[in-house]
Amino acid sequence: MVPAVPPPVRPNPVRAYFGNIRRAVSSTFEGMTVTMSWLFRRPSTIQYPDRTEKPVREMLPETYRGLLEVDLSRCTACLLCAKTCPLGCISIETCKHPDGAREFQTFDIDNGLCMFCGLCAEACNFDALAHTREFEASVSSAEQLTVRFVDRPGRLVAKAKDLPPRRPRGSILAALIPGFGRRRRRAAPPEPPASPAPAPAAGAEGPENPEGTA
Amino acid sequence: MNIIQHVANLLIRSVFHADPASWPWTWLVQAVVIGIAAFLAFAFVAIFAGPVSWIERRIAGRIQSRIGPNRVGPQGVLQWLADGVKCWLKEDLVPAAADRPLFLAAPYLVFTGMFGAFVVLPFGAQVVAADLNVGILYLLAITSLVVVGLLMAGWGSNSKWALFGGVRSAAQLVSYEVPSAFSLLCVVLLAGTLSTQGIVAAQGGWPWDWFIFRNPFMFAAFFLYFTAAIAEGNRTPFDLPEAESEIVAGYNIEYSGMRFLFFLFAEWANIWIMAAISAFAFLGGWQIPGIAPEQIAATKGWEFVGWQALSWTIFLVKATFLVFVVIQIRWTLPRLRVDQLMITCWKYLVPLSMLMVLGVLVLLALVPEGGGADTILRGAMVGLGLAVVLVSALRVRRTFRVDREHYREMEGRDLWYPPYRLP
Repeated sequence: MVPAVPPPVRPNPVRAYFGNIRRAVSSTFEGMTVTMSWLFRRPSTIQYPDRTEKPVREMLPETYRGLLEVDLSRCTACLLCAKTCPLGCISIETCKHPDGAREFQTFDIDNGLCMFCGLCAEACNFDALAHTREFEASVSSAEQLTVRFVDRPGRLVAKAKDLPPRRPRGSILAALIPGFGRRRRRAAPPEPPASPAPAPAAGAEGPENPEGTA
Repeated sequence: MNIIQHVANLLIRSVFHADPASWPWTWLVQAVVIGIAAFLAFAFVAIFAGPVSWIERRIAGRIQSRIGPNRVGPQGVLQWLADGVKCWLKEDLVPAAADRPLFLAAPYLVFTGMFGAFVVLPFGAQVVAADLNVGILYLLAITSLVVVGLLMAGWGSNSKWALFGGVRSAAQLVSYEVPSAFSLLCVVLLAGTLSTQGIVAAQGGWPWDWFIFRNPFMFAAFFLYFTAAIAEGNRTPFDLPEAESEIVAGYNIEYSGMRFLFFLFAEWANIWIMAAISAFAFLGGWQIPGIAPEQIAATKGWEFVGWQALSWTIFLVKATFLVFVVIQIRWTLPRLRVDQLMITCWKYLVPLSMLMVLGVLVLLALVPEGGGADTILRGAMVGLGLAVVLVSALRVRRTFRVDREHYREMEGRDLWYPPYRLP
């Protein structure tokens, strides 16, 4: 048995027509008043990066995977990181001295290639290679994206037996590239104390008039 | 006599010491003056379209609870210059499969259609490039040139999205020509002339002399025209030709660099044009309260210049106010669907605007101008207009106050933040 379906209620077309007009006018009016009031509300956002309370990198979590840095005084040049990297953005070259000691020729990290997966930092056994919380990495040319960590010739490869303590994260990158990611900061202008009721003056709302519809 | 002939005759008399009527080079001087006038209008468009783009982005920002451009120059006022320079430096790319001549010519056609409207816009008492006796018809005709440009851009790009955008915009512009022409017909009926200056002269400086407050049908016709004009300018909520979420960017998707900028430029200038047409056709144009146009025309020297400047300013204020309304509508209403767009036009705007024409005709026959019934009608309409403004201001205030208390409870700060302050 087919269940009895009640006949659909058809609205009166004339009422629907004029109801549509009324709804269009009233909803436009309501919408215009709401958006108008938003012009006088405090925005949710602030100007990045110079009006933040502290630099944004300091607000990031400790485990944030920002730009890579390597502490060469702890690096044994085991090449684990370079081999782990799926993109090959780490290039390490060493040469051997006659007395058996090894010297760094290059230790370059191409930030243009890096996808910040963190595999290299995980592979590093001596906490030499690690992510910093630095992320503001824009430079003016593609070559500058490659960070060269061998700062002086004759930098010897570390022995795993006696490693110096890890330098603070970010300090190496900061010393290597002065001004890198350190943007100018402006103090916010002092906000006048909130007076009891500085309501939006009804007369001073120039482009108001939310009647632009028919 | 319009200002161009006036200036040309003045030049011929004072510089060349000749009689303008019989001097053989009069046409040359007039041509030069017309060229200068066109340049001034062009400069006006350029200088107006740029800052309006900045104002719109700032307003959009605040409505969306963010800041908007604020870095280039104080408060970011020079953002439009930075954008212009950026677009200028971009490569002007032409797709390999594009219909090259159509593709290259389209932006200029759109721009010409827009710029041609400036010829008859009455900026001031005597400030109009050419006071054509078919002014309104000319306006409707020349702005339709934009359709051709958009179709050319859509077809020439050889991209399906661009073609959709072009065809959509053609359908939309052709449809909305009808209600906007009918609404302007109401104005023409009242003014008894097609000339733009004649329409302004038929109104007065005080609000009760404006056509919008002449009778209820004119009041409705203003909003009908305004809606149709927004649709003709491809503005939200009728911006289907460039609906990003459906057809990426519509007819201008394949354009880059300066050609792309020309489209945007035409769009910004189009806002100004529709605001200006609404202002001169319904809101009294440049009319100064208490001063008749004949008195202005009779003055001489610096007094004349002063009155012209004042009338120009009044017109500018009215049009700029409407520009603000257009911008706010854009950030208030969502976009219509294609079928809704056509329904809005053919089922609502067209019959209603026809009704307004009939109503205006009936009232023209029944209510003699200057009589008691006319005065009552005008007074009632001005009262209605004031009531709308007042009620909306109170609604804004109420909406704000309710949320302000909630905000103070949640954030411990005051919600009030003036639009010029940067957080």
